[in-house]
Amino acid sequence: MDFAAIIGNLDLYLQGLWVTVQLVALALVIGLALAVPLALAASARRVWVNFLPHAFIYCFRGTPLLVQIYLIYYGLGQFAAVRESFLWPVLSEAYWCALISFALNTAAYTGEIIRGAMAQTPAGEIEAARACGMSPAMTYRRVILPSAFRRALPAYGNEVIFMLHGSALAGIITIVDLFGAARIVNSRHFVPFESYITAGFFYLCMTFLIVWAFKFIERHWHAHLKPLRG
Amino acid sequence: MLVVWDYLPLILKGMLLTVEVALLSLLIAVALGILGALAKLSRSRVARAVAGVYSTLIRGIPDLVLMTVIFFGGQVLVNRIGELFGWEYIDVNPFTAGVLTIGFIFGAYMTETFRGGILAVPRGEIEAGFAFGMTPLQVFVRITFPAMMRHALPGFGNNWLVLAKTTALVSVIGLHDMVYNAAVAGGSTRQPFTFYLVVAALFLLITAVSDAGLRRLNKIFSAGVRRA
Repeated sequence: MDFAAIIGNLDLYLQGLWVTVQLVALALVIGLALAVPLALAASARRVWVNFLPHAFIYCFRGTPLLVQIYLIYYGLGQFAAVRESFLWPVLSEAYWCALISFALNTAAYTGEIIRGAMAQTPAGEIEAARACGMSPAMTYRRVILPSAFRRALPAYGNEVIFMLHGSALAGIITIVDLFGAARIVNSRHFVPFESYITAGFFYLCMTFLIVWAFKFIERHWHAHLKPLRG
Repeated sequence: MLVVWDYLPLILKGMLLTVEVALLSLLIAVALGILGALAKLSRSRVARAVAGVYSTLIRGIPDLVLMTVIFFGGQVLVNRIGELFGWEYIDVNPFTAGVLTIGFIFGAYMTETFRGGILAVPRGEIEAGFAFGMTPLQVFVRITFPAMMRHALPGFGNNWLVLAKTTALVSVIGLHDMVYNAAVAGGSTRQPFTFYLVVAALFLLITAVSDAGLRRLNKIFSAGVRRA
């Protein structure tokens, strides 16, 4: 074991850690913002409204994230229309391609989680809202969505961890995130075991942090579900 | 669009490898998952601790990182140990490394799935088995396993679908699976989008076929369960 090279490159790892945190946080925020309307549209009764959201969710959940990144990063350049468009400065850069694919991917998973949670809303809650004279929009805002978010929380915690783990793929398309940093350290000093296990250690710490944070949030949001202490 | 036909055999060859890797790792994952679940539920404190560390560590580290640790790191470690004992240089085969890694990772997820399944089996059924004089192994094979599979099947199905998609990562350690072959075809025809799209469609095909298979399995393992 030779961890001297790791200690010498600790700042590189920390920079990578920061890029990973940035990518994951941005992807999660954008993904969640897309997921809510996606879930609403997917649970619509009319087929012409729910067809596209369903197809989007099915395709993004049914294919590997790696293929999605490759499609956007390597694939889009195939089209002259894309290369000549004003979007090319964004789409030719690995960072933005990774962010776009992560955001779309987590939007699909989160959308499905929220849709499933909304479908489980007890009919009585909706009837009660209607009996109180709430409009459909108000019913969604005050009854269906808040209770669905609560039920979706444990599954969403898993999704956040999956996103963190999936973000390591950014290192493959030349981004110096945590995994990218490990690759650089390995190529400079040839210490494959030490360099990758160090990255693994950082990911593990972040995973624990996320698990702990969700436990904390759940304690607040699910306070009403706790058994009474006698 | 015609070039797709020229390269389709290459992509399909890669798909065969993808399916091979997926099925072999599934086998390892199920074996490890059953062992892990039994260890987690056993009376031995050591077994519980080992299984707990295994499932926590593996589920806390990204699969890609684990794969590179085991493939690139394992290669170096094996040979460092080999130097001590004077072995010849050992080349870790990417196929073996890939299958072992994916099996090892999903064994941790299967551990949790099977643990939940075993817990859902009514205690009395297992006790009845022992009362008939069955050995622990017989009880597991004849009673616990078939009864547990019904409860574990939804989680098992999810794990399998995630596992099948994870096999795409073996392209990173140089295995010629369908993602790798799509990169080759895309590079030589300058149509990467087309070929990655084909691969995405093939993954959707795998998912759809698996869904049908899982529904069948669910029917088999739910035999005798009354439906409301």
